[in-house]
Amino acid sequence: MLQTHEISPEEIENDALYRDMGLNDEEYQMVKTILQRRPNYTETGIFSVMWSEHCSYKSSKPLLKKFPTKAPHVLQGPGEGAGIIDIGDQQAVVFKVESHNHPSAVEPYQGAATGVGGIIRDVFSMGARPIALLNSLRFGPLTSERTKYLFTGVVDGIAGYGNCVGVPTVGGEVQFDDCYQENPLVNAMCVGLIDHEDIQKGVATGIGNTVIYAGAPTGRDGIHGATFASDDLAEDSLKDRPAVQVGDPFMEKLLIEACLEVIQSDAVVGMQDMGAAGLTSSASEMASKAGTGLEMDLDYVPQREQNMSAYELMLSESQERMLLVVKKGREQEIIEVFQKYGLQAVAVGKVIKEKAFRIFQHAKLMADIPVDALAEEAPVYHLPAKEPTYFQTFQQMEATVPTVSDHAQTLKQLLQQPTIASKEWVYKQYDSMVQTNTVVAPGSDAAVVRIKGTDKALAMTTDCNSRYIYLDPETGGKIAVAEAARNIVCSGAKPLGLTDGLNFGNPTNPEVFWQMEKSVEGMAAACDELATPVVSGNVSLYNQSGGKAVFPTPVVGMVGLHASLAHITPSFFQHAGDAIYVIGETDCAFGGSELQLLLYGKYEGKAPYIDLQVEKKRQDQLLAAIQEGTVTSAHDVAEGGLAVALAESLFSNQKLGATVELNGDPTTMLFSETQSRFIVTVQEEQKESFENVVEDAIEIGKVTSDEMLQISINGEKLVFESVSLLQAQWKGAIPCMLKTEA
Amino acid sequence: MKFAVVTFPGSNCDKDMYEAVKNILKADADLLWYEHANLENYDAILLPGGFSYGDYLRTGAIAATSKVMQQVKQHAAQGKPVLGVCNGFQILTESGLLPGALLRNKKLSFMCHQETLTVENSQTIFTTAYTKGETIQLPIAHGEGNYYCDEITLQELTENQQIVFTYQNNPNGSVANIAGIVNKQGNVLGMMPHPERAVEQLLGSADGLRLFQSLIHNWRETYVANA
Repeated sequence: MLQTHEISPEEIENDALYRDMGLNDEEYQMVKTILQRRPNYTETGIFSVMWSEHCSYKSSKPLLKKFPTKAPHVLQGPGEGAGIIDIGDQQAVVFKVESHNHPSAVEPYQGAATGVGGIIRDVFSMGARPIALLNSLRFGPLTSERTKYLFTGVVDGIAGYGNCVGVPTVGGEVQFDDCYQENPLVNAMCVGLIDHEDIQKGVATGIGNTVIYAGAPTGRDGIHGATFASDDLAEDSLKDRPAVQVGDPFMEKLLIEACLEVIQSDAVVGMQDMGAAGLTSSASEMASKAGTGLEMDLDYVPQREQNMSAYELMLSESQERMLLVVKKGREQEIIEVFQKYGLQAVAVGKVIKEKAFRIFQHAKLMADIPVDALAEEAPVYHLPAKEPTYFQTFQQMEATVPTVSDHAQTLKQLLQQPTIASKEWVYKQYDSMVQTNTVVAPGSDAAVVRIKGTDKALAMTTDCNSRYIYLDPETGGKIAVAEAARNIVCSGAKPLGLTDGLNFGNPTNPEVFWQMEKSVEGMAAACDELATPVVSGNVSLYNQSGGKAVFPTPVVGMVGLHASLAHITPSFFQHAGDAIYVIGETDCAFGGSELQLLLYGKYEGKAPYIDLQVEKKRQDQLLAAIQEGTVTSAHDVAEGGLAVALAESLFSNQKLGATVELNGDPTTMLFSETQSRFIVTVQEEQKESFENVVEDAIEIGKVTSDEMLQISINGEKLVFESVSLLQAQWKGAIPCMLKTEA
Repeated sequence: MKFAVVTFPGSNCDKDMYEAVKNILKADADLLWYEHANLENYDAILLPGGFSYGDYLRTGAIAATSKVMQQVKQHAAQGKPVLGVCNGFQILTESGLLPGALLRNKKLSFMCHQETLTVENSQTIFTTAYTKGETIQLPIAHGEGNYYCDEITLQELTENQQIVFTYQNNPNGSVANIAGIVNKQGNVLGMMPHPERAVEQLLGSADGLRLFQSLIHNWRETYVANA
């Protein structure tokens, strides 16, 4: 979109050039009505990015309203850079998840790296110190060369950026399924810690105050990135590589330190990062939220390239840039802090009373737009929803138990399925320990990061089984939230709230919109029941290519609080002799299961049933038992069922085994994915007190010292395997598929 | 005894190092921004890990040319202790305070996990609280920790007992499994594993504590006991 001469407003209308920028005909007419004239080239660009789905949530807004977002402990709900939850002692936790799917599909390293950089800025722009990163990744089958390229590139990008900025990557999840072959999902979550008094907002208050640009200079990278993210991924998407930004984690590290130093000054009024739609969105949103206007002179904006037009400067998504509003007359002290870190900081504009967004360049007015038109008055679409025919077909299918002849062999195969197999190959490449707070590192249900100077810790996890959501979005949405909470509870923490990373296909397809609506309704119901409000989030639509949408994938990033470090509970068995319990009955639930994929190569039938009240009761009781000190380990039962969960509980190099006796249909008992279940170990002398607290606990066996996993069903020994052998297969599966050393 | 932790642009283990010494060891320590740091009144200098100058050019290469490194060299020449961990080790080799170089890991990717190390020399001022041959657990977190030196240097390192720590299962391709070395005088230690990340059992290992305890103990023996 580089132009040598300024295209006239008439040409834009007559040739419908606005369509290339992402505005449709009705939206262009709305712009004309708002301005009471034709927009010029720069203004058309500004409207098109601000009204893109990525910035305006125009088709998801009506759905997002369904989420519960308020609770006494929520200090900041959705709408700011990140959500904030009170954790007592005048401290709070700040967190948000964000997607970088389309950039990662065309340039995996930079796509993922800048995704990490962007989410970190969202957190420190609130004034918080970033203390942990997590990610949630979806790829096609690991047998494909494209997946190997994307998977290794994305992991490399996350490592390259996260390791350098000094924020530990403590957790995450990876799922492999056909539907993500062309359109992978790369969601990154950042968690920060803040003192209440340091909470910053992205507001431009105080008429006459100065707008300061800080950080990296602006280049031509990432122009129209937000628009690129708001369209289907086409076969010729490689041409969009210029819309992918390039990250510099070293610059980001300096920016973190400078911004956290600068907010200690009362001269700072507001701060916001320049994310999607760059200078345009940060400046206009800060003014819109404050009920003010803003004037900027682009001649002062630090530039990396020559002869950049107003259009390019306003739409560039160059990374590692922040916008601050500073009290008039106190600019120099702020600029000096940035200079200490070798960063540029320049006054580029001021806050004005009139609610207008005015951009000057070369002493010419290049854009003059009412502020609220960009953020507040963006169009909102109530799109039609239609139940897909597949849903009723699946609902009417009888729940059947797949035929398994050799249960031990099936267990081994399941442990080597890439979605279940150890992700050590991934997380070993991340610095998970920097900042010296990581108590539970990647590889457990939830990561645990202690809070220095207190007896408290934070648990965090990302989760989303999109297979269930595909089969039944409402039930699957409930399960996604419940499973994240299960992970938090197993670690010994109380769930506090969540951030949602909604990834769907093209919303103008009524069947996709139906998936969105139903999954949001399911999630909202679970949030209500489990008392985990949504405090922040991100919506990524148009995740499809060749007309095929990805599975609906609303990633849940949840944070919980350990009231005491003594509550931190491992997910691995701890001592020989401990009793093993399963909490919850097991029934036939194979729809969307790992066993279904293994045996039939597809997902069909009903998603597993979930009763949220039962879920809540079990989580509360398990947490109470953990807090009373009667539990030595806790692990949730997820993909692959009880057999996989039992095996995983032994994969800690502690040289333990387990002997378990179950009754019922062998395949169901071993591999069914019935919800709301946990595996818990309890010391012999604590059994009575444990059973008094946890109603649905059934004792099924003992932890042994013989390093064998032995499972008998109806008295018949079906699994009798060496733990180290199973562990070697589980650990070796992904490196083997990538053909690297384990 | 007073410690200085020097923060370069891009250092990211500086606070961890500072907090380990200050809060866990309860020693006197300051965190100093590299630019105007005055190291005169400090007894030991700690160069922390991270990505100084973004690892641009070569790891540690730009930091090695900074003014503060002149002071570090003077400090080292006076026989006072200098410890460089991870990126700090890379800065020490780049500045010539330690021989050899740190190359990219053999498998080319960054790696972060606990490693088992053997204490090869328990006679240095950094290691007297360990016993020779003892195995300890320290975390590593690096992409370029593959220690390299030529054969003559290796021979010298061996003969002078300058090899302080070795890996039991060499993770990165280092020559002779080297994880940490001292200079000939024994007062400058560079190591890739992170002792400052191993000072609390809560986080997985407290085996790094004795490194700092050795340093404090030996300093007292030399400067306080004789005073």
